[in-house]
This record gives sequence, C-alpha cells and structure tokens, in this order.
Amino acid sequence: MDVGMIELREVTKTYRMGSVDVHALRGVSLTVDRGEMVAIMGPSGSGKSTLMNIIGCLDVPSSGAFILDGEDVGNLGDGRLAEIRNQKTGFVFQTYNLLPRLTAQANVELPLLYGNYGSSGNRRRLAEQALERVGLGDRVHHRPPELSGGQQQRVGIARALVKNPSLLLADEPTGNLDSQSSEEIVALLQELNEEEGLTVVIVTHEPDIAASTRRVIVTRDGLVIQDEPNDDPRRANPFGGPQEE
Amino acid sequence: MSPATLLLTALSSLAVNKLRAGLTLLGIVIGITAVITLMAIGQGVQQSITQRIESLGTNLLFVRPGESNQGGVFGGQGSASTLTMEDAIAIQDPVFTPSVAAVAPELSTTGQIVAGRSNTSTRVYGVTPEYLKARNFDLSSGEFVTPGHVDSASLVAVLGSEVADTLFGNREPTGQTVRINGRQFEVIGVLESKGGNRFFSLDDQVLVPITTAHHRLSSQRTAQGAFNVQTINVQVADLDRMDSAIREVATVLRLRHRITGEDDFSITSQQETIETLQETTGTFVVFLGAIASISLLVGGIGIMNIMLVSVTERTREIGIRKAMGAKHRDILLQFVAEATLLSLGGGGVGVLTGILLSWALNGRSLLGGQPTQTVFSGEVAVMALAVSAGIGLFFGIYPAMRAARLHPIEALRSE
Repeated sequence: MDVGMIELREVTKTYRMGSVDVHALRGVSLTVDRGEMVAIMGPSGSGKSTLMNIIGCLDVPSSGAFILDGEDVGNLGDGRLAEIRNQKTGFVFQTYNLLPRLTAQANVELPLLYGNYGSSGNRRRLAEQALERVGLGDRVHHRPPELSGGQQQRVGIARALVKNPSLLLADEPTGNLDSQSSEEIVALLQELNEEEGLTVVIVTHEPDIAASTRRVIVTRDGLVIQDEPNDDPRRANPFGGPQEE
Repeated sequence: MSPATLLLTALSSLAVNKLRAGLTLLGIVIGITAVITLMAIGQGVQQSITQRIESLGTNLLFVRPGESNQGGVFGGQGSASTLTMEDAIAIQDPVFTPSVAAVAPELSTTGQIVAGRSNTSTRVYGVTPEYLKARNFDLSSGEFVTPGHVDSASLVAVLGSEVADTLFGNREPTGQTVRINGRQFEVIGVLESKGGNRFFSLDDQVLVPITTAHHRLSSQRTAQGAFNVQTINVQVADLDRMDSAIREVATVLRLRHRITGEDDFSITSQQETIETLQETTGTFVVFLGAIASISLLVGGIGIMNIMLVSVTERTREIGIRKAMGAKHRDILLQFVAEATLLSLGGGGVGVLTGILLSWALNGRSLLGGQPTQTVFSGEVAVMALAVSAGIGLFFGIYPAMRAARLHPIEALRSE
C-alpha cells in the first residue's frame, strides 16, 4: 500500500497571544500523495501559513497526528525536526530569505552544511547543479542584491532542491514578483512536479497560481472548507504574461 | 558542520563588520598586552632580586637571636640579645662543627658618614676578616679589615661602592678619611658593586672592624657584660652539608646557653631567605597580573556586548539557517566560534605586542633608579592565550544560547 506523502489527522494549533488563545487550526485532516501538486488557498488568518509551517516541520501541532513520508512527526524533538527539514523538505519563501552577503552558490550550499553531504567540493558541485537546474548556471557567483526578484526566487528554489527532497513547500512563492517572473516560477514548479515526480505544495491567494495545480484546498477559520481536484490544470506560460480568461 | 566549515563561516560573518570586529578585538589586545608586559616586568624584578641574593653564596647560614620575652612582652625575632662574640668563636671550632667552613659575626648599627662637604646616612656593620669570603664580596680597591684591625679596634672603614660614590664621586676613597658618628676613620678599601635596586641594595653600607663597632659606635652588652653580636654568618663547607651544619651549630649554642627548653636563637639558611623572598615577589607578580586582568575582563564584556547585538541583528539569518536544518547545536557553535575567534585573535595579537613591548622596555628604568630587566616566559604567553580563549567561550556562550533558542518561525518573521 502506498503511504501518503503528507497525512494530517485532526490537527489543531493554538497560539497564546498575551492572555488570549488564538485557534489557528481547529482540526484539519488532509492527505497528499506522492507526486501530487497541491495549492492551498484562503484569506489572511485562515490558517494556511500555520498549516504550511507544520507540514514544513517548522512548527508542531498542538494536537492531532502528522505523518510525513511514513514518519510520525507530531511528537518529535527539535533535533529530529531539524534533520527532517534538512533531508526531506525544501521550503521556498515569499521573501526568498537568502543571506545577502553570500553568493548564489553559497546560499544554495547552506542546507548542505547541516547534513552529511560530503566534501566541500562535492557540496559546491551539488549547488552548481541545482542552480543550473533552475536556469541560473550563469549567476553562480552573484549575490542576491545583484539579482532580480525572479532570479532570487530561483536561487531560493535551487536551495530547496539541492538536497534532493521528497517534498517541496512554497509559501506564497510569487507574492513579491511581477506577473512575468511569477509565470516563470510557476512553470518551473510544474516542470519539477511533472518531470521529477516531486511532491509540491504551494500556499497562494492568487487564483491563477492555484489553477496551475491539480488539486486546490481552501481553508477558512482554521478548517478545510473545500478540497477539489483540478483535472485540467492551466499551463503556465514562461514566455508571456498570464493567460487571459 | 565540520570544524573547517565552522571556522570559515565564523570568519566570513566577522568580516562583514570589520571595524566592529577590530574594535572588539582591541579590547582583548590591550588586556593581554597589559598582562604579558606587567608579568614580564614583575618576573624581571623577581629574577634580579633572586640573582642578587644568590650572588652572596647559597651555602650560608644566618644565626640570629630569638625573640625577647621580658615580663610577658614578646618582641620580634632577633629582638633579644643572646648571641655573643664568644658564641661566634665557639662555632668556629672544627672539633664541634666540622661542617662549618667560616664564621663571620656582624654587629649592625646606623651611622652618619661625612667626608668633606658630602654626607650620607647608612648601615654600618662591624665585621671580622672572614666576612669578605663568607658573604662573597670582592674589593674594587684597597684592602679589607685585617685580624690586626680587629684586635686593636682600629678606626678603619671599608665603603660600599654606592657610599664611596656618594661621598667621593670620581676621587679615589682609599686613604681618605671619613667621620662616622663624629669619629674619624681611615678608608682602607672599597667593595666591588653587587648591583641592586631601590628595594634591596648591597652597595649602600660601610664595614668597620667588629671591635671598633662595639667599642666606638654602639655599646650593646648582655647582662653578663659579654660582647653582643646581631648575626653570625656561617659559611658551610659545601651545599650537601647544610643540614648537618645546622645541627652542629645548634648543639654548640644550646650547650653554651644551657638550654633545655626552647632555643633562644634561630638558624635560617640563605636558601630559605631566597624562598621567602620569592614568595613575596611572587605575590607582587600575581598582583600585577591581576590588575592587568581587569582590562581583560572589560574586553570580555565588550565581546559579550557585541555578540548580543549581533544575535539581535542576525535573527533572520538564524531563522533561515534553522529552516534549512541547522540544529540548536549548530547555531550555538557558530556564535561561540565567532566569540572565541575574536578573543583568541585578540589574544594572539596581544601576546605579540606584549612580547614587543617587554622587549622594548628591557633594561629601561621603570620604577625609578636602576634599569629593570623584563623576563618574558612562554608559560605566561600560553596561559594568556588559554585565558583569552576561555574569555571567548565564557562571554560568548550566553549570546550564543540566546541565538540557538530562537524559534525558527519567529526568527524568520523578524526584519
């Protein structure tokens, strides 16, 4: 039996803000299989980012179970969570979160410093390969301030890919980009999903982006209110603007 | 993370803010330089004092009177007047004291020495001819006190080199006359300089025959009317026989003083004197080091301060690293490595400038008067480096722990 890539059962998350409890997630159950490409949509405060942080092992649920790639993650300690972040998941951020003083290559190498990825020569080679994969083979020694927003996000994706993860998580990956760059990024994610079978989960509030995936999950007030397959995903066009309806 | 990667990461983080890293480093540089230099001066003083005493001969014993105890009032050691000239003569008898090579009793008093228009106030020692050999002195001119001078209590004096300088300058003192406490003495010789510093000088003294000192300059007598001496210098035949010499001298004195209970004299060896003095000067050296360490402490606090600022500024970086899989330990190590690199770098530069400075100060007059040698010891340098590494660890660990404890999501949210 194939085990789901992501399996959430009745997951809740409660933050304490001052004296008030904020219920960010109120009981989410969700399964994502290997090789799926899923969009999570929802208005601000709907809990989609919290969901993403839990799936990305940056946070742990208050209650419920979370099984990632066959491993029960819900009750793991900080150390093991860090290992999972390092080995299984690649995280792409809205604000890229690159270290500005490091070159593209050094930024991509960053995750490799925290795991067993061989010699520095080997790490450099892996980083260069990942940059080539996202089409930045000629920008290896540029620093983030010398790159455009779209190029910076590609570095961010290369950094997520470099350790060859089984799951790619992207939190509003196009939120800071113009439409042309957005199309390029979405096309890249589609390509990675289709050609390499990478499981991709994207948080977004742009319908265009959501329409490019095969399944759209909508959250509101900490609950999943809609979960529908999309049999005819829109093809992102990396050479033009977004397709007009 | 491998140690090499850790080091490179720490170096490149520090390189981002070079001025800040440099100023923080400077705090440690100053501290370590101060420690190294002051210790070098202290050890130099200690060594020169020890050498000077050793130049007097190490196989010496000093016999001194014990404490006075009159009507329940105790004086300090040497305050009693129990040693006499006869005791000194008895110790010289090879039948009873075969380990003793020479005996030189001395009687000390102060005197005002006048020569023409110059004058000086100094110690005047009544001595016998054996004194020269027992105390390892040489004459730079003239002759020493002879047995004939002692027998006839002649008014002759041998000047220490510093006294000779003060009174006669470049003129030859031998053959001149001086007045000591109003009596006219003929200068028969001058001692060769042994060197000294303002704490301790062997050149600032005048020697006269012991009988002259007794009859003409002071008049200390025991109740029995015997001839008192303050110290009997005993030169032992060789260093291996120090213990037997102490026993022999003690036995003779106990018999002569009819002692059944506690001794009324004490015997100390030159070696003990050196050890006591080294303890004292050792305290002085440690004290200097301690003062210098205060600036090191300030430097350490500077490191802690900068590291705390750095953790706050780089919260986002910490969040990114954690999101990429850095563990608690990885972040802790990174910041501790940065702090240690700062302090160790400062320590290294500090040791170098300390060596240069003590070398530059070597032979210069520091504490007024005579030049001071500086002694640089590798031990102190190694210790200084170890201490500076320790400072980095100690003052770096708290900021590093703050960094390591940050929650990845909260850290990522910070601007």
